[in-house]
Amino acid sequence: MTSATQIARDVKSGATSAEAELEKSLAAVRARNEELNVFLYVDEEGARAQARAVDARVKNGEPLGALAGVPIALKDNLCQRGVPTTCSSRILEGWRPPYSATVVERVLAAGAVALGKTNLDEFAMGSSTETSAFGPTRNPLDPSRVPGGSSGGSAAAVAANMTTISLGSDTGGSIRQPAALCGLVGMKPTYGLVSRYGLVAFASSLDQIGPFAKNVEDAALLLEVIAGHDPMDSTSLPEASPSLVAHVNDGVKGKRVGLVRELIEGADDEVVEAVSRAAAALREAGAEIVELSIPETRLGLSAYYLLAPAEASSNLARFDGVRYGLRVDAEDVTAMNEATRTLGFGAEVKRRIMLGTYALSAGYYDAYYGQALKVRTQMISAFRSAYQKVDLLLGATTPSVAFKFGEKSDDPMAMYLSDVFTIPTNLAGEAALSVPFGVGETGLPIGVQLLGPGRSEASLFAAARVLEIARAS
Amino acid sequence: MAADLTRDDVAKVAKLARLTLSEEELDLFTEQLRQILTHAEDIAALDLEGVVATAHPYGLVNVVRRDDVRASVNREEVLASAPDAREGRFAVPRIMGEAP
Amino acid sequence: MALPEGWEMVVGLEVHAELRTATKLFCGCANMFGDDPNTNICPVCLGLPGSLPVLNERAVELAMALGFALHCTVAPSTFHRKNYFYPDMPKDFQISQYDLPINSGGYLDLLDGSRVGIERAHMEEDTGKSTHLGGTGRLQGADRSLIDYNRSGVPLVEIVSAPDIRNAAQARAYASELRGILIATGASDGRMEEGSMRMDANVSVRRPHEPYGTRCEIKNLNSLRSLVRAIEFEALRQIEVLEAGGSIRQETRHWDENRGETSTMRFKEEAEDYRYFREPDLVDLAPSEEWQARVQSGLGPMPAQRRDELASLFEGDAPGESIALAVDLDLDRFVRAANAAGVDLVLALNRATNELAASETGVDALSEEAFCETLLMEQRGELSATQTKTVLAELLAHGGEPKVIAKAKGFEQLSEDSLATTIDGLISAHPQEWGRYVEGDDKLTQFFIGQVMKLTKGQANGKAVVEVLVERRARRH
Repeated sequence: MTSATQIARDVKSGATSAEAELEKSLAAVRARNEELNVFLYVDEEGARAQARAVDARVKNGEPLGALAGVPIALKDNLCQRGVPTTCSSRILEGWRPPYSATVVERVLAAGAVALGKTNLDEFAMGSSTETSAFGPTRNPLDPSRVPGGSSGGSAAAVAANMTTISLGSDTGGSIRQPAALCGLVGMKPTYGLVSRYGLVAFASSLDQIGPFAKNVEDAALLLEVIAGHDPMDSTSLPEASPSLVAHVNDGVKGKRVGLVRELIEGADDEVVEAVSRAAAALREAGAEIVELSIPETRLGLSAYYLLAPAEASSNLARFDGVRYGLRVDAEDVTAMNEATRTLGFGAEVKRRIMLGTYALSAGYYDAYYGQALKVRTQMISAFRSAYQKVDLLLGATTPSVAFKFGEKSDDPMAMYLSDVFTIPTNLAGEAALSVPFGVGETGLPIGVQLLGPGRSEASLFAAARVLEIARAS
Repeated sequence: MAADLTRDDVAKVAKLARLTLSEEELDLFTEQLRQILTHAEDIAALDLEGVVATAHPYGLVNVVRRDDVRASVNREEVLASAPDAREGRFAVPRIMGEAP
Repeated sequence: MALPEGWEMVVGLEVHAELRTATKLFCGCANMFGDDPNTNICPVCLGLPGSLPVLNERAVELAMALGFALHCTVAPSTFHRKNYFYPDMPKDFQISQYDLPINSGGYLDLLDGSRVGIERAHMEEDTGKSTHLGGTGRLQGADRSLIDYNRSGVPLVEIVSAPDIRNAAQARAYASELRGILIATGASDGRMEEGSMRMDANVSVRRPHEPYGTRCEIKNLNSLRSLVRAIEFEALRQIEVLEAGGSIRQETRHWDENRGETSTMRFKEEAEDYRYFREPDLVDLAPSEEWQARVQSGLGPMPAQRRDELASLFEGDAPGESIALAVDLDLDRFVRAANAAGVDLVLALNRATNELAASETGVDALSEEAFCETLLMEQRGELSATQTKTVLAELLAHGGEPKVIAKAKGFEQLSEDSLATTIDGLISAHPQEWGRYVEGDDKLTQFFIGQVMKLTKGQANGKAVVEVLVERRARRH
């Protein structure tokens, strides 16, 4: 399949039409969605209307947005007005929001055609999409394996060529890890760069929405469309969307790249090797590689598994059967809340809600949640110190290639460890992406992770582009 | 401390979170939460005296909006999603006890 | 009401006041009382998945204004989540302020000279409203409850006093003074009957100088009268329990206005665990020095200052009660304006606290100029007292101009000549009465005034009549 950038160009020039591109996407969906369970909902009617509108604009010579006619998949924790938004949970089954997320409005305003909503781990809690209440998503490259999570569906949509781009969300690695397991470019932007308005919250201080794509240029294009200040999100950075596409080919000459020991240790050998080769490729392109240690990152996992569930336990309280979604009736409202939530939430969600509630409860707040907040401050300063010495960091995205279904789902801790390299960036609120670099013994893709300080997306894309070119040659 | 986590604690927490657990689930969750919290012990044990929590990583403060009225959402659209709506309001089974 | 010998009550008040903003605290929905249910709602105040709060600038200003008026320290603050489940709370947590409130450490001086400490006055969002179907229409015995979220997200300031109050009258004075300040700062309209000012009372009793006793909280008192009655009842109830050898259970109680008693609302073995943590969807609030200065300098005078200013205009003893009433009813500006225009102060105060206060339609239609003009006419003898009241009533109901109204009602000024002629006629007609009056019997002044009024159909000015009588009497001598 071609690229989003190419589709947009072709639609604009008249070489193709939005409807034609949509048909291609729908055909790809029909071919494999049943097998892979990528889309929970395909909005054929809505997509056709959007495509027709774009084609009409082309015909009338009206101005077109940067994504005009490009089909896009949206993770099902993004609100789209009138379209079912379930967060892969029974508790929201059938809910149609009366409003759209800011990012959804922006991609639609840019002319993209929203094909449908993709599968995820329930309420974005997971690293394999196995906790979805509507069945797991299979990795298009090897359907016996997971696509990663929580944005497994959005990753699979692009990996299976159903769309060229998709949106996911990343709280502890939920874009970068599936990107690595599916051979895609996936980025978690700087905290606050992209509005969270309309993203069903998991952990408010860690969540960010970001792009999946087959190549760096497309990822940059999509991020440019969704990024920039939003008055509906108080944590949104004040500036407008940065220029990213224009800097994709800036290269890495003169950049200092830190190879972080703690972001490589513990990964499978083939992954460690891929990171080494990536370092070499960057060096060849003119970057200076420096070995670094950021020991604070070791505390990331523990801090994350206190902070994220704590915020989640509060964010998910609103699912109580009163105003929308599932309701299991009972004699009194408290019994109704309990029956609804007990039936409506899966085990992983319940586990995290209880962990979070415990971490916040009287007597434990200081030792757990309070401490985790402080660890986070340390993480932030540790990274800022590192960025005094280097411009970017390099490491593994995830310890191994895509694993088989059921391999980790019995042991929560084992699953949590998949995020050990990605979590620190969420805690620090900074930017990071995964870019494919190499293939493992099984033939499955390996992703390497590039990290940068806040607002460094342009540099990250430029470095990823260098690796993309090196990989191709 | 994590080893201190009892079945009773978990039962209490479940109640606070409006979740009903079966006996098996209570056992399973107690075990799993204990494991997770054991890992969290490395955090609890740290001496972080003097370290202050960070509010926003990029120091945003004073984000406010003007006191201007915006259009509301359509009541019918919202009530259409409600499990039980009557007389323009959301209906729930009886509430036991007043608000805290 | 006095407590039994050897007992003292200790009372702290928590007052929730709805702020007079156009929109809610975290969204642009209208902040309006009385609209059709669920017509002022949006994803934010409905707490829909994915929604986020954005702070209302005007609410911050009003909270600061209130803080300054209560002599609080206005400081950088954060918002916290208070987590608990209740159907009128769309997110099942309330965004409030916890350990870093915007205002703290203030005080309120009362009319009786006592001072009540203000621990804090913080910002938080209001909840929706539930009505109960079935049973008595009250919570107990209802089958279903219906929730309206129009009020959800309305900005509140919660003002917490120190436990400095020692009797119900003082509690009433505190609440009344606080209400006056809420209105004077523009923060709230203070309409208890509409729920824009709600009071909770924490009441305990003790032997003087002993440590504080266990307290009970009486929630949702919505009138000064209920406040007084509930506090007195509760204090007596607690004393009765203690004197019988029992102990007080810490609990929340409900005041039943009809039965005149408090009853247990909710008893918990443990206090509710709200699991407060900093609200991650909002950033810290640190109003600049410049913003604070603007708010502080924009504050008009508070009731206490207005009472003092009005009192200072009086030579000799100022009528404290009338002054307090005028200020409390927000009518003192009329008195000051009239005074500045040359109207007698006592007259102005009298008309304000009687005629203006009694207006069922309020004073919105009446301009200060019209008030002054009317009273000057009365003072000049162009209007009798009765006529003045009529003109004022007309102005209050429909506005207008005093001279025009007086003319329309036929309140022609009786010329001095015609009045003198009328009086001379009466003198001739009642020679015996006139004789006694001339001898010095001043009681007959009333007789002659009465006769004049009969003849002129009440249009004469009493003072003018007396002037003529006195002058005629003097001529005789």
